[in-house]
This record gives sequence, C-alpha cells and structure tokens, in this order.
Amino acid sequence: MSTTTAETSAPVTGRPAADTTRRRVRRRGERGPLATLASHGVLITASLIAFFPVAWLLFLSLGPGKDDYLHPGRIWHTMTLDNYTFVLEHTSFFDWLKSTLVVVAGTTVIGVVIAATTGYAVSRMRFPGYKKFMWLLLLTQMFPIAVLIVPMYQIMSDLGLIDTYLGLILINSTTTVPYCAWLLKGYFDTIPFEIDEAGRVDGLTPFGTFLRLILPLARPGLAVAAFYSFLTAFGEVAFASTFMLSDDKYTFAVGLQSFVSEHDAQRNLMAATAVLIAIPVSVFFYLVQKNLVTGLTAGGTKG
Amino acid sequence: MTVAIDRATGKRHGDRAPRPGRTGRLRRAYQKHWYAYAMIAPVAVVLGVLVLYPLVYGLYLTLTDANSLNTARTIGVNHIDATYKFIGLDNYQDILFGPTAYDRFWSHFLWTVLWTALCVALHYGIGLGLALLLNQKLRGRTFYRLVLVLPWAVPTFVTVFGWRFMLADGGIINAALDALHLPSPLWLEDTFWQRFAAIMVNTWCGVPFMMLSLLGGLQSIDTTLYEAAEMDGASAWQRFRYVTLPGLRSVSSTVVLLGIIWTFNQFAIIFLLFGNTAPDAQILVTWAYQLGFGQQPRDFAQSASYGILLLAILVVFTSFYRRWLNRNDQQLAI
Repeated sequence: MSTTTAETSAPVTGRPAADTTRRRVRRRGERGPLATLASHGVLITASLIAFFPVAWLLFLSLGPGKDDYLHPGRIWHTMTLDNYTFVLEHTSFFDWLKSTLVVVAGTTVIGVVIAATTGYAVSRMRFPGYKKFMWLLLLTQMFPIAVLIVPMYQIMSDLGLIDTYLGLILINSTTTVPYCAWLLKGYFDTIPFEIDEAGRVDGLTPFGTFLRLILPLARPGLAVAAFYSFLTAFGEVAFASTFMLSDDKYTFAVGLQSFVSEHDAQRNLMAATAVLIAIPVSVFFYLVQKNLVTGLTAGGTKG
Repeated sequence: MTVAIDRATGKRHGDRAPRPGRTGRLRRAYQKHWYAYAMIAPVAVVLGVLVLYPLVYGLYLTLTDANSLNTARTIGVNHIDATYKFIGLDNYQDILFGPTAYDRFWSHFLWTVLWTALCVALHYGIGLGLALLLNQKLRGRTFYRLVLVLPWAVPTFVTVFGWRFMLADGGIINAALDALHLPSPLWLEDTFWQRFAAIMVNTWCGVPFMMLSLLGGLQSIDTTLYEAAEMDGASAWQRFRYVTLPGLRSVSSTVVLLGIIWTFNQFAIIFLLFGNTAPDAQILVTWAYQLGFGQQPRDFAQSASYGILLLAILVVFTSFYRRWLNRNDQQLAI
C-alpha cells in the first residue's frame, strides 16, 4: 500500500512547500492551479481507498457462487439478487435484527440518560473529588476487554444473565456511560455559563437550570452521545460473541461471523448480509454526522 | 485536639463559626455540593457496580488457578461448585518470568507496542494531512468528507470481512499484484504479512476519527492568527509550524491519547481478521481473550492476569503522558 504512505507525507509537508514556491501576491486562501490539482489528486486517491473495500463487498454480494470472491470476473455475467432474498427468507436475519435493536436501544438510552446529569455536573461544578472522578472516567476508557470479560462472565453466569439482552446491555454500558459523560461535559462546556447564571438569578435550582435551559440547548451534544452509544453497542464483538449463545439472540456482529465459522463458508450470503447491515447504519451515520465534529471535539477546542 | 477555651464566650475554638470542625466542614461541603454529588451519582453507581466490582473480582481471580474445569458451573440439572484454589502471585510470576514468558507474553508485548505506535502514527499523520486538505476552500470538499468518513460509518465487523475477501489468497489484492508482476504475499497466513495486513486494515478504519477531530480543531483556530502571521511574512510552513500545530495542541494530545488507548485495546479487527489462526499476529488483548475463551480448558486466571497487566501498562503510560503534558503546559481536553 504505497499509496497510503504517500498520502501521509504529501499533505503535511508537500502542500505548504508547494505554496511557498508560489509568488506571494496571491491572497490568503488562494492557491495556484498546481496546488489545487495536487489537493484534488490526493483527496480522490484517499476517497477511492476509503470507498473501495465497501464497494467491493457490495459487488461480491451480487455473485451467486460462494467462491466468487476469487473469480470476480464471473460476477459480471451472473449478477443476481438471489443472495439477498435467501438471507431475508431463510436465515435468522430478522432475529439478529431484533436482538441488535434491543441491545442497541437499551445501551443508548442508558448511556445518554445516565451520563447527561454527570456531564453537566463536571462541566459546571467544582466539588471535592472532582479531579479523581474525571480521572476515573478517563480510566474506564483504558479498560481492555480482557480485564472485564473473565470476571463479567463469572458474575453474569452466577446471575443467570448469560445469553440475555440485559446482560449485554449492562456490559455495553460500562464503556458507553463514562465516555458519554466525558463527551457531554465537552459539549456543556461550550454552552455559555451566563445562561446558568441567568437561570439561577430567576430562581431555578441547578436541576431546574439543567432541565429547562441547558438540556434543550445541548441537543446536538446528546445526539452525538446517543450516536456514540449506538455505534459502540452495534459494533461490539468480544462480549457479544462470548455471551450470546443461542442463534436467535445473536447480534449482527456475531451472526455475521456464523457464516464463515462453519466448515461450509457461505461467503456470498455473508457479503449480502454485510451489505444489508451496513446500509441502514451508514444512512443513520450520515444523518447525524453533521453534529459529529462539533460534538466530538467540543471539549478539545475549548481547552 | 486543642481544648483552648475562649475566655470571653466560654466556647471552645473548634465551635467558632468561621472554622467549623470536621463534621461541620463536611456538612457545609455537603450543603454546597450535594447537587453535584446527586448529579454524578448515577454514573458513580454504574462505575462501581459494573466496573469496579468486576475489576476487584477479576483481581481476585488472578490470584487463583481458576479455569473452566474448576469454576462453578451448571451442567444440565447438576450444579458443580467451584474447586479452584488460591495460589497467590504465581500467575503473574508465570506470565512475566516463567519458562514460556518470552513466547507468550513478551513477544506479544513487543508486537503490541509496535502495532500501537505504527497505527497511531499512521492515523495521526494521514488524518492531519486529510484534515488540512479538507480545511481549504476547495470545490467538492463536503463530498470528499462524506466519502472519507465512510470507513468509520460502516461498522468495523462488516468492513473487516470485506477486507478478508480482498486479502484472501486469490482475492482482488493479490490478483492485482499478480497482474502487475509483483509478488503476492499470503496476507492471512504468513506472520509478517498478517501483521502488515492488520496494521493496514486498522489504519483504514481509524483515520476518519482523527481526520474529523483534527478538522474540528483546525476550524476552531482563529483565522486572524493566520492573517497576523502572514503580515509578519511567515511562510506557509512557518504558519503551519507556529500557528496550526500549537492551535491543535489540545485536540492532538487528546486524540493521540485516545488513539493509543483504543489501538492498544483494539479487539475486533485482529479477532475478526484472523480468528484463532494467527498466534503471532495476536496483540495482548486478543491473546488474553484466546487464553480465556478461545481454547479448552479455558484458562480464566491467566486471562484475567493478562487483563490486569494490560490495564496496569495503560494506567502507567497515561500517568506519564499526563505528567509530560503538564510539564509542557498543555492540557488534555477533558
């Protein structure tokens, strides 16, 4: 992948260098045609690299044979949607969809609802133990799944929560709740403190200020937190593979593996399922991505 | 405690209003901060019950010889009680200094460090480059951004399978290399190429996050700074070096730390790319998982010990990182 490394150096060092060789008369923000061409070239290459694996999966999903990924040429002549109809009619696709939705919805609701007040408190209030608490939030980001998976497995099996949605939701919450709190703190920091003061002057309690004034303003931040929880729960592989045992309770992350883990790898069906999963998620992603940059870097740009 | 009596009032010093005693101070702190504590309570409870308790329990397991043959389990209607016993620090001793320490822990440790360093460097470098390109006035930059975010928008577990099709022997990548008369490596079987492939896939997946975060950082840099720099005759490189990089410092230090933590703990990509087939391409996290759940009998105690060691490595690293940031008058964006 020499293209990847070429990209690394080109924009960082190449562009400014190209600029300096140009005459200084151009106004700021203007570039010579060569620099513009180079920018487009790099961006187009990067876009192709970003796009190709996904497009390839889409293409393979149209081939009827399970070894078509080795002979992509064949697909052109035999293109068919059969894989999709088969997946929808004869596999556990809808069971997986249901489990995924239950787990994702549960995690998202818990993540956002629980984290919101905390994010506000650590954004506005300096209480004894504040630093330790923030450190704890950061610390939970560091937990490798290997730390929790064994004890969680023991605890969950003691409680009879293996192979239940609740178990998986609780486990997903261990990562989403602290991260959402952190993320929301960053967002609340960008909301002017004067609004709180105005609310307090008007006789609102801190809870009242939070509920009536800040929460409505923080909707984009909440969207990002919800989105983050959604993605985490949706893409969680380790716990879902280990804790979900029955085929009809698999989330997509586990279900998709089941196509290849068997001796008879049905790669064409797997590709079709992958596309069916990826499309709605990507659409959702693009709907919320407008808020994404602001939300994720709100904390960063403040400091 | 001093029992000095104030002659005028006959009261002890400790009772005076401006300097209340320990309980008094606690009560005042409580009155002043109870809102804050009430608001953080839900998260504190979640962390306590779902994170700290399992952590302590896991710590205990590492001091035992628990595996799937001697832990409590239910087979049919029979419940079998746990029979594992306390063995102290033997697990850590065995992992770090035992006869197989190099093969099992240290070789994976070195690879994990290399993996983290390379991946984060690539994420940051490519992400910053693309962010700089997207931050200029350019036709179609919204379109570019939408496409470039795609690797992040599609769930990892989906795209990794796409990569597996591409990297398979006889898949599109090798077919293309063949057509160019280049050697076609066994991406998914040969250790070096497995590692290469893992880094490549992880780079592909991780760049969009860096790109978007740094783009947000770039957009928050005050444009008047650039104007001032230009007035002073700063070249584009100087503007990048003395305006852009310092302006990105707080975002950078945060996303680099997050990137290191996430990459170090990256489970899904290696697990899904290789499954159990690549013992030498496993990083510590997937290796720990394999010990605990990918083999029979499942070695819970060793797996948990790996987990604790991993956490310790990360905590030590992060503490040093923060101290280093503080020394340089930088702050994490938290």
